[in-house]
Amino acid sequence: MEYAIVFLPLIGSIISGFFGKRLGDQFCQIFTSSLVAVSAILSLYIFYLVIFQDYSSNKLIFNWISSGNFSANWSIKVDPLTAVMLVVISFISSLIHFYSIGYMDHDPNKPRFMSYLSLFTFAMLTLVTADNFLQLFFGWEGVGLCSYLLIGFWYKKPSANSAAIKAFIVNRVGDFGFAIGIFLIFFFYGTVDYNEVFQQTPEFLGKQVIFLGIEFNLITSICLLLFLGSMGKSAQIMLHTWLPDAMEGPTPVSALIHAATMVTAGVFLVVRCSPIFEYSQVALNVVAVVGVITAFFAATVALVQNDIKKIIAYSTCSQLGYMFFAAGVGAYHVAIFHLFTHAFFKALLFLGAGCVIHSFKEEQDIRLMGGVWKKIPFTYALMIIGTLALTGFPFLSGYYSKDAIIEFAYLKGSTVGLFAAGMGIFTAFLTAIYSWRLIFKTFHGKYNNKESGLSSIHESSSTMLIPSLFLAIGAIFAGALFKEMFIGQNSDFWDSSILFLQSIDHEHVPYWLLLITPLIVIFAIPVSYYLFIENEKIIKNFVFKNQTLYNFLVNKWYFDEFYNFIFVQPIKKIGLFLWKKGDLNTIDRYGPDGLSKLVKILSDKAVNFQSGYLYHYAFVMLIGFSILLTYLILY
Amino acid sequence: MIEIGLGHYLTLAAIIFVIGIIGIFLNRRNVIIILMSIELILLAVNINLVSFSIYLQNIVGQVFTMFILTVAAAEAAVGLAIIVIYYKNKGSIHVEQISSLKG
Repeated sequence: MEYAIVFLPLIGSIISGFFGKRLGDQFCQIFTSSLVAVSAILSLYIFYLVIFQDYSSNKLIFNWISSGNFSANWSIKVDPLTAVMLVVISFISSLIHFYSIGYMDHDPNKPRFMSYLSLFTFAMLTLVTADNFLQLFFGWEGVGLCSYLLIGFWYKKPSANSAAIKAFIVNRVGDFGFAIGIFLIFFFYGTVDYNEVFQQTPEFLGKQVIFLGIEFNLITSICLLLFLGSMGKSAQIMLHTWLPDAMEGPTPVSALIHAATMVTAGVFLVVRCSPIFEYSQVALNVVAVVGVITAFFAATVALVQNDIKKIIAYSTCSQLGYMFFAAGVGAYHVAIFHLFTHAFFKALLFLGAGCVIHSFKEEQDIRLMGGVWKKIPFTYALMIIGTLALTGFPFLSGYYSKDAIIEFAYLKGSTVGLFAAGMGIFTAFLTAIYSWRLIFKTFHGKYNNKESGLSSIHESSSTMLIPSLFLAIGAIFAGALFKEMFIGQNSDFWDSSILFLQSIDHEHVPYWLLLITPLIVIFAIPVSYYLFIENEKIIKNFVFKNQTLYNFLVNKWYFDEFYNFIFVQPIKKIGLFLWKKGDLNTIDRYGPDGLSKLVKILSDKAVNFQSGYLYHYAFVMLIGFSILLTYLILY
Repeated sequence: MIEIGLGHYLTLAAIIFVIGIIGIFLNRRNVIIILMSIELILLAVNINLVSFSIYLQNIVGQVFTMFILTVAAAEAAVGLAIIVIYYKNKGSIHVEQISSLKG
């Protein structure tokens, strides 16, 4: 059964990838979608087994590398953590497969698209089912590759190509750290197997590694390097620049890869390695602080963006920040709980945005929308549900997970925890503002689109709406349904898959803390309605007075410009220098080009020999003969 | 009276040989003249062979001369045949114009 879950998407991918042209668009779409759907149903069954029968297993596929004392397996490890990820990945992936049938209706390359989607699903599943760091790394790079392929799916658009390359290169930075982390683990532990590594970790407490004459704590450096990988994949601040650009890809891709699954791989990694992270308070604090800063940063940027998908992308970035600071304060289970609920409502928001974009005929700028909520009520309802869940409106899924994060951070009691809780509450307010801004600008107010008339706006097809409906159900109920099991005080669901050195008492939460976030969030709705619909002048005046602040936010804190100045331009210059001067003018000039030029000159000379006149040949023969004879006579 | 010795024969042969070579190079007109020049070179060699044969009292040199004459006749026949065919194809046996071997 585990084999089927992991390999069905791969089969679908191979068949529609290689034989797509022959089998036809429709067959490929239905074939891949149904294989992933089967995989999703089996995942649900595994999840059921894990909940009620404490099922866990580690199925070996085969021994992958065995060299000296290094050995790594291909295997499928199922434990509660993996089971949750399996459900999230395969369930959302199958819905998005079905959604894509509708969304990619006018695209000429449907089999290729479906193949990539399935391949991504396979890579992500191998990532979460790994039982050692090497297989994890395989899945990690596999999803990176698929992300690259799918961002650049419309390869005729230069912007899509450069976004794809950017995503790949920025991830290289993180993966570099991640790979070194794995090397360190192997160097000191002599194994990359999770169980053995986690068991040995307490023995290495206080051990130092010396690098360039400076001593580092071993556990802390491993954690920080692994976290660097997570930062790259999960778009945390400093390595986040690729995520907004990745919105160049088709919307289903944004929903699946850049909201629900791949970007959460970093969170998964930190949670999976909780037995290592728990022993390094420094690393945990770094994780928490980076998470908080990302959450805050992304929320502020999302306030002023105008591209509907970019707003949601920054929102994803911000929510990932929440997950990381949950993990950073030691509440790994809450991080995964938020990952779980976030997958539903963020995928829902993206699919809703896809429907909106579809209705507006590929328009993505929210300033050019508005006043259409009566025309597309179904899409409107979906977006409202997604937004309510995202902002943490009481009793929707986001409410349970996000509030739990803030509560746990507060109860942690440490400076970092309190800082995180405070910033978390403020960011929740910002989240509500920018989410409702999106809704109001898109659906309310005046109709602003001059390209196409109001009458041409129509609801999307049912293949797009029905998968969204499933997600909406998840976004409403997933939180309430699984709260007790995931983060309840007495739940033993996580078993041994997450290690807590000291458990945080979650019973005595002060009442004001329980009330403050929902109140702020509810309060934000009329405020943003007033600001963005009723009285737009206030905002305009504010922007006019604080032009610097506004520019700072619109330009995303100048991260791209900064990187461009610090890294991109100098490297470009070095590259140009090496290419023009080093390669063309030195190596080529004196190497292959020089040699071939020499041969050409010599052969041009030799051609003169071949005059074609008989007496020339005879003369040469005679000269040669004479020289030979002279030589023989003299010596 | 001058005693005609080996040296005279060899000188004669050398002169004929050189005439043959010069005939090849100075000739700008006719392929047949080249053929004749080659024949002259061969004859010069024959004279050498015969004179050495007499000088050394060894008949083998004269036997070789007969062979060479035979081969020369055959070669002349082949050469003339080539020239005839060439003339039929190109309409000219002008040496300056024969340069289709040019690379």
